[in-house]
Amino acid sequence: MTKVKTLADLKKLKDKLQEKVKLREKGLDAENHVQIKVAMATCGIASGAKVIMEFLIEELDKRNIEAVVTQTGCMGYCFAEPTIEVTLPGQTPVVFGYVDVRKADEIIEKYIKNGELVDGIIPQNYETIDNN
Amino acid sequence: MTKYKMHVLVCGGTGCRSSASDLLLENLRTEVENHKLSNDVKVLMTGCFGFCEKGPIVKVMPDNTFYTQVKPEDAAEIVNEHLIKGRKVTRLLYENPETSEHVGDSEKIEFYRKQLRIALRNCGFINPENIDEAIARDGYQALGKVLTELTPEAAIDIIKKSGLRGRGGGGFPTGLKWEMTHKSKGDQKYVVCNADEGDPGAFMDRSILEGDPHSVVEAMAICGYCTGASQGLVYIRAEYPLAVERLRIAIAQAREYGLLGENILETNFSFDIDIRYGAGAFVCGEETALIHSMEGLRGEPTVKPPFPSQSGYLGKPTTVNNVETYANIAPIILKGAEWFSSIGTEKSKGTKVFALAGKINNVGLIEVPMGTTLREVIFEIGGGIKNGKKFKAVQTGGPSGGCLTEKHLDTPIDYDNLIANGSMMGSGGMIVMDEDDCMVSVARFYLDFTVDESCGKCAPCRIGNKRLNEILDKIILGNGTEEDIDRLRYLGAVIKDTSLCGLGQTAPNPILSTLDNFMHEYLAHVIDHKCPAGKCKSMMKYSIIPENCVGCTACARNCPVNAISGERKQTHFIDSHICIKCGACIERCKFNAIVVN
Amino acid sequence: MNNIKLTIDDKTVEVAPGTSILNAARTVGVDIPTLCYFKLGDMPIENRPGGCRVCVVEVEGRKNLAPACVTECTEGMVVKTHTIRALNARKTVLELILSDHPTDCLVCAKSGNCDLQALAQKMGIRQLHYTGAQSHYRKDTSPSIIRDMDKCIMCRRCEMMCNTVQTVGALSGINRGFMSVVAPAFEMDLEHSVCTYCGQCVAVCPTGALTEVDHTNAVIRALADPSKTVVVQTAPAVRAALGEEFGLEPGTLVTGKMVAALRRLGFNYVFDTDFAADLTIMEEGTEFLNRLTKFLEGDKDVKLPILTSCCPAWVKFFEHQFPDMMDIPSTAKSPQQMFGPIAKNYFAEKIGVSRKNMVVVSIMPCLAKKYECSRDEFKVDGNPDVDYSLSTRELAMLIKQSNIDFNALPDEDFDNPLGESTGAAVIFGTTGGVIEAAVRTAYELYTNKPLPRPDFVELRGLEGIRSATIDVDGFDLKIGIAHGLGNARKLLEDIRAGKSHFHAIEIMACPGGCIGGGGQPLHHGKLDILKKRQMAIYREDAAKPIRKSHENPFIIELYKEYLGKPLSEKSHHLLHTVYFDRSRSPILIKSNGKCE
Repeated sequence: MTKVKTLADLKKLKDKLQEKVKLREKGLDAENHVQIKVAMATCGIASGAKVIMEFLIEELDKRNIEAVVTQTGCMGYCFAEPTIEVTLPGQTPVVFGYVDVRKADEIIEKYIKNGELVDGIIPQNYETIDNN
Repeated sequence: MTKYKMHVLVCGGTGCRSSASDLLLENLRTEVENHKLSNDVKVLMTGCFGFCEKGPIVKVMPDNTFYTQVKPEDAAEIVNEHLIKGRKVTRLLYENPETSEHVGDSEKIEFYRKQLRIALRNCGFINPENIDEAIARDGYQALGKVLTELTPEAAIDIIKKSGLRGRGGGGFPTGLKWEMTHKSKGDQKYVVCNADEGDPGAFMDRSILEGDPHSVVEAMAICGYCTGASQGLVYIRAEYPLAVERLRIAIAQAREYGLLGENILETNFSFDIDIRYGAGAFVCGEETALIHSMEGLRGEPTVKPPFPSQSGYLGKPTTVNNVETYANIAPIILKGAEWFSSIGTEKSKGTKVFALAGKINNVGLIEVPMGTTLREVIFEIGGGIKNGKKFKAVQTGGPSGGCLTEKHLDTPIDYDNLIANGSMMGSGGMIVMDEDDCMVSVARFYLDFTVDESCGKCAPCRIGNKRLNEILDKIILGNGTEEDIDRLRYLGAVIKDTSLCGLGQTAPNPILSTLDNFMHEYLAHVIDHKCPAGKCKSMMKYSIIPENCVGCTACARNCPVNAISGERKQTHFIDSHICIKCGACIERCKFNAIVVN
Repeated sequence: MNNIKLTIDDKTVEVAPGTSILNAARTVGVDIPTLCYFKLGDMPIENRPGGCRVCVVEVEGRKNLAPACVTECTEGMVVKTHTIRALNARKTVLELILSDHPTDCLVCAKSGNCDLQALAQKMGIRQLHYTGAQSHYRKDTSPSIIRDMDKCIMCRRCEMMCNTVQTVGALSGINRGFMSVVAPAFEMDLEHSVCTYCGQCVAVCPTGALTEVDHTNAVIRALADPSKTVVVQTAPAVRAALGEEFGLEPGTLVTGKMVAALRRLGFNYVFDTDFAADLTIMEEGTEFLNRLTKFLEGDKDVKLPILTSCCPAWVKFFEHQFPDMMDIPSTAKSPQQMFGPIAKNYFAEKIGVSRKNMVVVSIMPCLAKKYECSRDEFKVDGNPDVDYSLSTRELAMLIKQSNIDFNALPDEDFDNPLGESTGAAVIFGTTGGVIEAAVRTAYELYTNKPLPRPDFVELRGLEGIRSATIDVDGFDLKIGIAHGLGNARKLLEDIRAGKSHFHAIEIMACPGGCIGGGGQPLHHGKLDILKKRQMAIYREDAAKPIRKSHENPFIIELYKEYLGKPLSEKSHHLLHTVYFDRSRSPILIKSNGKCE
């Protein structure tokens, strides 16, 4: 370890290290963040949900969007996998189906950034897709 | 840097570790590796989550999944189901005792909803053995701020204005204490952290040191800067090996980063910390006794003044603060006195950590704003009384405190209210009693403790408390008189009035407060020779109701001392002189023919 | 700083800052009772742990009662010492102490002299409202001191004496709560501890917890045995204090009455330890002159300063604590132990009594003397040179038991030949006396000139550590004096560090020297008593026709007839001793005899 010489160093170090705990901090304060749940049951994984999840985590970070990306079980829309549920702060959740990388990109740019709806929304007839 | 998708937090506090959480941690890591998830999932050990009743605790982030009572063998299922397939393991989720619903999100658990965590901000959140995680959570930023932006006077002023009072029991204003040491002249001054937590049922300080040792290390350095001390000493009981170990690691890491040592952050300020071990004497929590113990002398208090801030360790000006007090310092410096003083009541600012214990559903560690009512703490956060029994009393302030009852439930908890109601804040132990507890026995339990822990220096504490205990014994054995009750009151008052230190001055409190609130129980013992709670064995009498007895001989055959006689198919009889009141007969009797009164 | 004004029991008091309520009250005639508190005049010997809580008083505006002994006066303080609250608390606390104390006053060694008993009487305690279990401890008997800790009230005076004043460290508080008691580490026996038997713990114990081993019955038996010739020797400090036991003013010299009493008790020969003190000066003085001469001749290895060796507690102290420096003290035995072999050899031969039929009893102001005469090197085939050592207190008891009206006794003289002594020997009884006696002789032997005046007032006083430079015919003789083992430790540490510039140092274990010995009538903290005893000693010295040891005609005769000259072979055999390294001796032995 190198010595922390100045307060500025300490602040820099903090910024660098924050990544380590950010995931946890966002979790505690989820309602003030964009929350994305990726369905990651067998059906989802088979349709490429894993790639989508990684893409989302990577891209949201690159585009400086504070979001909590979590995985969840099967949402019951196996026909439309991969599916993701996006909750903007203070809004009701919206589920998107058939999400590929291009679609995911569109969701980020249009829905998450500007609140514009995009194609592929699965009508909601449930209260929550949290499996609990 | 690896972009983890999930963090799995495993409680590494003393309680959870004693239920094999370290093996659980190991198993989770192995499972994660076996499933090649090491790049996606980070498994780490943290400090105490506070919900000790339900430990070992595993928390999955960022989805806030809160698993309780997790066994090492549950690791595979958590990884397979939750981490891979995204399905929470329902059977391990916290179950709301009222609705029997499984709660997936810890934010929605009643235990946590009313809490406000300042001192415990990092407990159960960071890995206490990794300074980087502490720094990521603003660790040492407050130290940096005072060293580079504030004069000692200005920093003390912030602490004074925040209204922070000592969390160890006395409630002395922390800023004032610092100011006294600051103004005392001395070539060498000391900063002492009192980690000699000794109240029965209290583990606030242990949990902070185990879960977030850097909060204490940083605050001691801040105190050193403010008071002009370059040496810190942590007096910790040797019975806290885990806390000692984590503190040692924290000090070593802080030294490596140069956050302890010479010329911290290239300022003129140098500060280092040593650890001193206590041998588990309760009286050594008293600051003068603590200092004598550190000096290698017998752990005995001396009369104040002089106060430690004038003449303390080795005769030098010394600031002694408790662990929890230190844990509040950095947030106050960073967020300001106004922020802190906006929390709490008029004269008690901020939050207080309590250790809930006794007949309460959610045994554990909680932190609530000052002014929260006992009802909120016991019935909302604490989940009410175990087994649906009736609440009787809560003992606050440990053996120095008193019992509060039903009528105090809606009193906002703060230093002054507790004292006004005959108890005290103490270090934050809260032991809940239900209808089955005999308050005379409860008073005796606490007095037993103080009689054991008295240092023996002053006569009223050494002999007086022993005499009080003997009178209680007499009452519990059914030999007490009304005069004995008067003696308890009178002698208790003299002991409070004449003892040398806080231990003796408060030792009679459990008796005096139970006398105030439960006089009827005392009277029942001495006049009716009955224990209303049915706890005092010597006053119980087992007898057989002839109408119900069919003469099955089950009781007689199972009596370990042959106290029951009677022919087959004849009414049996219990000889109360032989009976040891073990209750074996009642358990065996199928005809409800045996009664206790 | 300005004086502080306060009110105590409606009286205005003005005191210096830092004054305790207790002392402030005493200036206006308010005598707040105390128990654990102890102070020896203006000497730096003070015990105020604030532990007994008997001195609690009411201070306006204060939540609880304040212990007067440790509470400093503050400006405008209003103190009330006998309100009903203070009085009741004081009595209750005293009752509590009594409830954990055996009530065997009738047969207690301290009865009549017990601070606790006196206080209970003063406070009019007639009934104990709180009774219960009493704490019990193993009784511990050592060669000098009996510890009956059932009677300990945890005043900690003994601990203060042992640790702070004497820096011996044999006694400290152990255990917790009700079972707290003052004891050697690990509750080992005193005999296995570093205790020096100085007896200062006994001298300050307010109760019967610490008392001396009583040898009066053994002495009575010896006196009753017609086959025994019983010889008694009396130490110089005894005559200056014994009268106190019979109601006489402190400082009354009772030499003649004491001799008369001893004779009436049936001792066959009443001799004086002072005679042996003169002998000590001859041996020790010669040893010193030899070392000094070598030193002045340029011998760098010679051990200087020389340290006196008359005090058995001091000897045991350096054997435990400074074993690396055992070659510095004089090898001369103490006067008591010089007297023994002279009586049992020289005198026994003279009167034709066999050693085994002679019993030597010493009357000493000291408890360590009991231990000293039990040391193996002071025995011949198991027969001790000195059989029994009685303290001043025990002698008084013996006199009273024997129906002797002490005050009505005529003055009588010691027997010869071992009863004649000089003024130099008398002053052995006070701090500074041994070295003054030695200087008187050394001066004349060294310079071969008569002393201009025998009084060296620069060596006298009660300061804990004193030093003086004496002009010995042009040579600057540097003398150091320490009394109290804590003061001795300081001088020894200087020597060890090579910082000492003294040629000779006198050390006495007890504050004040033998006049303040552990076997003397209890002074109860009154330093005046010690001062008066000291004045009496110097009075006796001044009144003596001969004031220099080497001029004692019976000493001259003893050398001529028997010893030859100082440091002769015979002297070495009878009058000198060796020391033992005891630094490892406090083995941790538990009561079951097993090593820890």
